[in-house]
Amino acid sequence: MFTIFGVPSGALFGQLLIGLINGSFYALLSLGLAVIFGMLNIINFTHGAQYMLGALAAYLLLQFAGIGYWPSLVIAPLVVGALGIVIERCFLQWLYKLDHLYGLLLTFGIALIIEGVGRHYLGTAGLPYTLPDSLQGGHNLGFMYLPNYRAWVIAASLTICLGTWLLIERTRIGAYLRAATENPTLVRAFGINVPRLITLTYGFGVALAAFAGVMAAPIYNVSPNMGSELIIVVFAVVVIGGMGSILGAIVTGFALGVIEGLTKVFFPEASNTVIFVIMAIVLLVRPAGLFGRRT
Amino acid sequence: MRKIVGLAALAAALICSGANAQQINVKIGVLTDMASLYADDTGPGSVAAAKLAAADFMKDHPNFKVEVISADHQNKADIGVQTVNQWADVDHVNMVADVPNSGVALAIAPVIAQKNMVFVASGPASSDLTGPKCQPTTIHMTYDTWMLANGTGKAIVKNGGDTWFFLTSDYAFGHALERDTAAVVEANGGKVLGKVRHPINTSDFSSFLLQAQQSKAKIIGLANAGGDTINSIKQGAEFGIVAGGQKFAGLLVFAPDVAALGLKTAQGLMFTETFYWDLNDQTRAWTKRWDKERNAAGKLPSMNHAGVYAGTMHYLKAVAALGSAADGKAIAAKMKSMPTDDPVFGKGSIRADGRALHPAYLFEVKKPSESKGPGDLYNLRATIPADEAFRPLKDGGCPLVSG
Repeated sequence: MFTIFGVPSGALFGQLLIGLINGSFYALLSLGLAVIFGMLNIINFTHGAQYMLGALAAYLLLQFAGIGYWPSLVIAPLVVGALGIVIERCFLQWLYKLDHLYGLLLTFGIALIIEGVGRHYLGTAGLPYTLPDSLQGGHNLGFMYLPNYRAWVIAASLTICLGTWLLIERTRIGAYLRAATENPTLVRAFGINVPRLITLTYGFGVALAAFAGVMAAPIYNVSPNMGSELIIVVFAVVVIGGMGSILGAIVTGFALGVIEGLTKVFFPEASNTVIFVIMAIVLLVRPAGLFGRRT
Repeated sequence: MRKIVGLAALAAALICSGANAQQINVKIGVLTDMASLYADDTGPGSVAAAKLAAADFMKDHPNFKVEVISADHQNKADIGVQTVNQWADVDHVNMVADVPNSGVALAIAPVIAQKNMVFVASGPASSDLTGPKCQPTTIHMTYDTWMLANGTGKAIVKNGGDTWFFLTSDYAFGHALERDTAAVVEANGGKVLGKVRHPINTSDFSSFLLQAQQSKAKIIGLANAGGDTINSIKQGAEFGIVAGGQKFAGLLVFAPDVAALGLKTAQGLMFTETFYWDLNDQTRAWTKRWDKERNAAGKLPSMNHAGVYAGTMHYLKAVAALGSAADGKAIAAKMKSMPTDDPVFGKGSIRADGRALHPAYLFEVKKPSESKGPGDLYNLRATIPADEAFRPLKDGGCPLVSG
């Protein structure tokens, strides 16, 4: 074992791996945000509350219907995605032509309502949700003990992120979506139902958030506050990556998770501010973000 | 004719006001954390406890009018100070209760002293409130970091836990708890192998737990509270900390936290508290009444909620003895001269430095098989009498005492 900057190498690799795990959550959430902003031009502040609703749905499915973790991974995103579609049809569709600020204010308000109602009925101490049996335990990698569940988080997150990127950048439906964002009138003239495409896209972004929520339920505290704690960091990640860029969101999510992990080793007291420091620097040097297109 | 009517009206008014002159008005402000990591251990439950105390007191003293208001300090010292100033200058509040978060408490204590209100601090933990930062108007109820360190720390070291690693919340409370517990560990022959400080309200402890694992300390001391403690223990289970032979020492754990963790994860945890709902007939009866006032399903009272009730009752008794709620310093002095007696803590007293004294209890969380139902969480392992549970008066460094 050698030491790097006074920290044993084993400890450092362990922290890097943990940083990668946290980065998985940042990547999944910022992907949803980037999809919604890139395609719909809506700054979706409800994303954190929808992440919380995903975890809550998983908890409720287990408590009242006995439905375990694996089915919840599919059911919860569908349910919360449907709720997202309702929000889009009722409120958001009127705001597309307006300034970004209106969308931000509306979604922020909806987030506050969802979290407030949750807090009223559930308190803040959190609800217990146990690890699924098939993913309990872990492996001793020598330099650290890696729980199986956390390894699964990295794998699932990478798969979903890559799958979404492929879907949007390399398939026909993704091409329709990107075209509809650039020039909706022309795309409509080709016979494509643009409003429905946009609604489904919002639902998909929300479903991504809910999926991250179900994955978080066994390891993080399922409480109404869980989204608001994470959403500010995720916004910083999206801004650094570039607001409309899918690839930027994914890469930046993982990278910043690793950087935050390293900060926790060398200067733990700063670990919840380092991402904002980086955001400030990036905005000064490249205002559109690292991967963003200048509009 | 008009003069006679006028004189009669004046006489009537004087007589009426004479009857009202005996009415004593008291306004109590519960400053608490309504929405964040301490909300279940304090928050709306503390407001319910204060309202219960007010109602109980007004039943026996019909000439009292006690009003309870509340505010959320959001764990920010500047909001706390701003609220207290507004309460003093605009709302004419006489007593500030609860205040979880030692950072906020330490910030408002001198303001309350200056405005001549009374601070019934049943929420904060830092032992500095009766130490170097003591004030003539501060009454520290429920617990403090010295009591927690001595109760839990000594018991664990004596049980063989002689090497420690601290996971500390990076603000006044965490620092005080870490300092007091490290002193106890070293005084009893143990060693502190290291520490890491995390920001308050952290959701992911994996990298801090990894550092704790790599220190190879037998005991990982959790110098944090509320949501932070819950997350540390939950994620510690995931990383195989207990399976790997290390143990958690919950330095500040409340009953609602144990309920949130579930017995499967929390079993075996040992910690010190001063109240448990199922301790005796009196606490059980009080819990039923608190539950009715709280009016929300499935909530357990914490020792902080009990502290708000006991502190408010004792405060009101002192006001009754003096006849008015105007002079905070005089009321605090009266509270120190009267012995305390309530259904939640039993018999006790309040010292010159503001420290409330009553017995403390060492609890161990039950195994799931031992529990007879929701809320049946603790086994009582030891009772620490009042004169041993808290820091000796001479060791505090409070200027009110040594001066």
